Amino acid sequence: MWDYIKLVALGAIAVLAAIAANYAHDLAYMVNALTIMLAAAMAFVWTLRGAEENRPEPVHEYNDGVVRAGAIATTLWGVVGFLVGTIIAFQLAFPVLNIEWAEGYLNFGKLRPLHTSAVIFAFGGNALIMASFYIVQRTTAARLWGGNLAWFVFWGYQLVIVLAATGYLLGATQSKEYAEPEWYVDWWLTIVWVAFLLVFLGTLIKRREPHIYVANWFLLSFIVTVAMLHVVNNISIPVSFLGSKSVQVFAGVQDAMVQWWYGHNAVGFFLTAGFLGMMYYFVPKQAERPVYSYKLSIIHFWALIFLYIWAGPHHLHYTALPDWATTLGMVFSIILWMPSWGGMINGLMTLSGAWDKLRTDPILRMMVVSIGFYGMATFEGPMMSIKAVNSLSHYTDWTIGHVHSGALGWNGMITFGVLYYLVPRLWGRERLYSLSLVSWHFWLATIGIVLYAASMWVTGIMEGLMWREVDANGFLVNAFADTVAAKHPMYVVRGLGGVMYLTGALIMTYNLWATVAKQPARSALSVPVPAE
Amino acid sequence: MDLYSLLREFADSWALLALFVLFLGMIAWAFRPGSRRLHDEISQIPFRHEDKPAPVAAAGEETGQ
Repeated sequence: MWDYIKLVALGAIAVLAAIAANYAHDLAYMVNALTIMLAAAMAFVWTLRGAEENRPEPVHEYNDGVVRAGAIATTLWGVVGFLVGTIIAFQLAFPVLNIEWAEGYLNFGKLRPLHTSAVIFAFGGNALIMASFYIVQRTTAARLWGGNLAWFVFWGYQLVIVLAATGYLLGATQSKEYAEPEWYVDWWLTIVWVAFLLVFLGTLIKRREPHIYVANWFLLSFIVTVAMLHVVNNISIPVSFLGSKSVQVFAGVQDAMVQWWYGHNAVGFFLTAGFLGMMYYFVPKQAERPVYSYKLSIIHFWALIFLYIWAGPHHLHYTALPDWATTLGMVFSIILWMPSWGGMINGLMTLSGAWDKLRTDPILRMMVVSIGFYGMATFEGPMMSIKAVNSLSHYTDWTIGHVHSGALGWNGMITFGVLYYLVPRLWGRERLYSLSLVSWHFWLATIGIVLYAASMWVTGIMEGLMWREVDANGFLVNAFADTVAAKHPMYVVRGLGGVMYLTGALIMTYNLWATVAKQPARSALSVPVPAE
Repeated sequence: MDLYSLLREFADSWALLALFVLFLGMIAWAFRPGSRRLHDEISQIPFRHEDKPAPVAAAGEETGQ
């Protein structure tokens, strides 16, 4: 019966999407509608072929299929995101790469949100969903709640990514940073995200461990807070149900404040709390010892939760936002030093007594470097939020460098470590295909990040100083174009850093593929569990 | 008093105090006597149940595996 309801719903969605495509007001909406039609049709065929089949859920096993899919998606979207990032880095260095015939589609302005969304939401988001599903099962000793709902979350999220990416290139954007997708993508993401929350909460509720391990607190706070941020920041009214354009309900400085309340907490809860959840599970596992201080992890959690939500106004120093609000944001950003470094110390000290493993285990090395970059980025961020520093750093490349030392160093490196940890286990292989390839990846990525961050420090501080330089009569010395010309060599260095980081990711992709394809399965894993 | 001023006054007085007390309470709770043994126990959770869920029949009892 349930299968037939699904078939009717999917058929209806496909037909409605076809009608919407036919009457579409703009190209982006039409392509998105056709994509939805195609996705609904594929889901229809899939459901039809499996209808009325009796497949009892294997309750004595973890649901790892969706985690495997997540590992593949994370790897592929990562490569795509890094590739686009490298391309736009060279577009900035060599403007001729904004190819004339692709103007309006593949120029920097169109590709830039594609890059940010691809790395944060496609690469990072898939990594978070994958890790959440893996960690919550292992630490509750329970199979994922909701049966195939986890698969709905996975495929629904991929649809969000495809709709957003194609929409950007064709001009559908509400021009809010990190929240560019238009209204219908926002609505769909809300549905997917609520399903994600239900799967996670349902698994927590039916847990077989009496206590909820700290990693799950971080992951739950990430899911709940992102839901709240997403809904509030995307309150907009569609101009037409047959077009992609929508109008924000907030206006002016309120809109700016809501946007950066969202934007900074996307950093705080998506890229920090969620990935800290990964850290609190995978670092102890890879180091084979429990977290350094469980008490500290509790304090880390509550301090982070209580403080991060206030830090957003530091994106709006010296704007129409009232002084008290920006001061508040600055103060909370600086207090954030404490929980951030407390968490970093907790992660690093988990290795106390096992530091020798760093010499032999490149996966652990990757995780430790990521925690190191977390510490550096969370030192730099509060410093840049101080108004006096911000008056120099804001609108310069320093900000870009800061974001990338956090994203490439912390989020990227820990995700690589997690993928190296997970893939042999998920596919039942004895070990990774090659540890020396992991070392190659490690050094390429690390040097790439150093090139990136260092060149952006130089250009950022240089252009900040050039902008404020005045002569004896009080006239500005430099035109904007002077700063652009001065930055050129550093832009090339930044692009090379990106090439190294991308090369590392490609090596990882090969290594993970070879781990599964070129090695025999461990025999013990395939033994079926008796039904007791 | 208009709604904005009312809310703002509430936010920077009672709400601030309540959140701060709640936060201090959380920390105090983490340091309560007898929590060390419990925390040591919880920190071992990742090292159980690596391969399969806990048996359903055991009714929530932790076996340690």
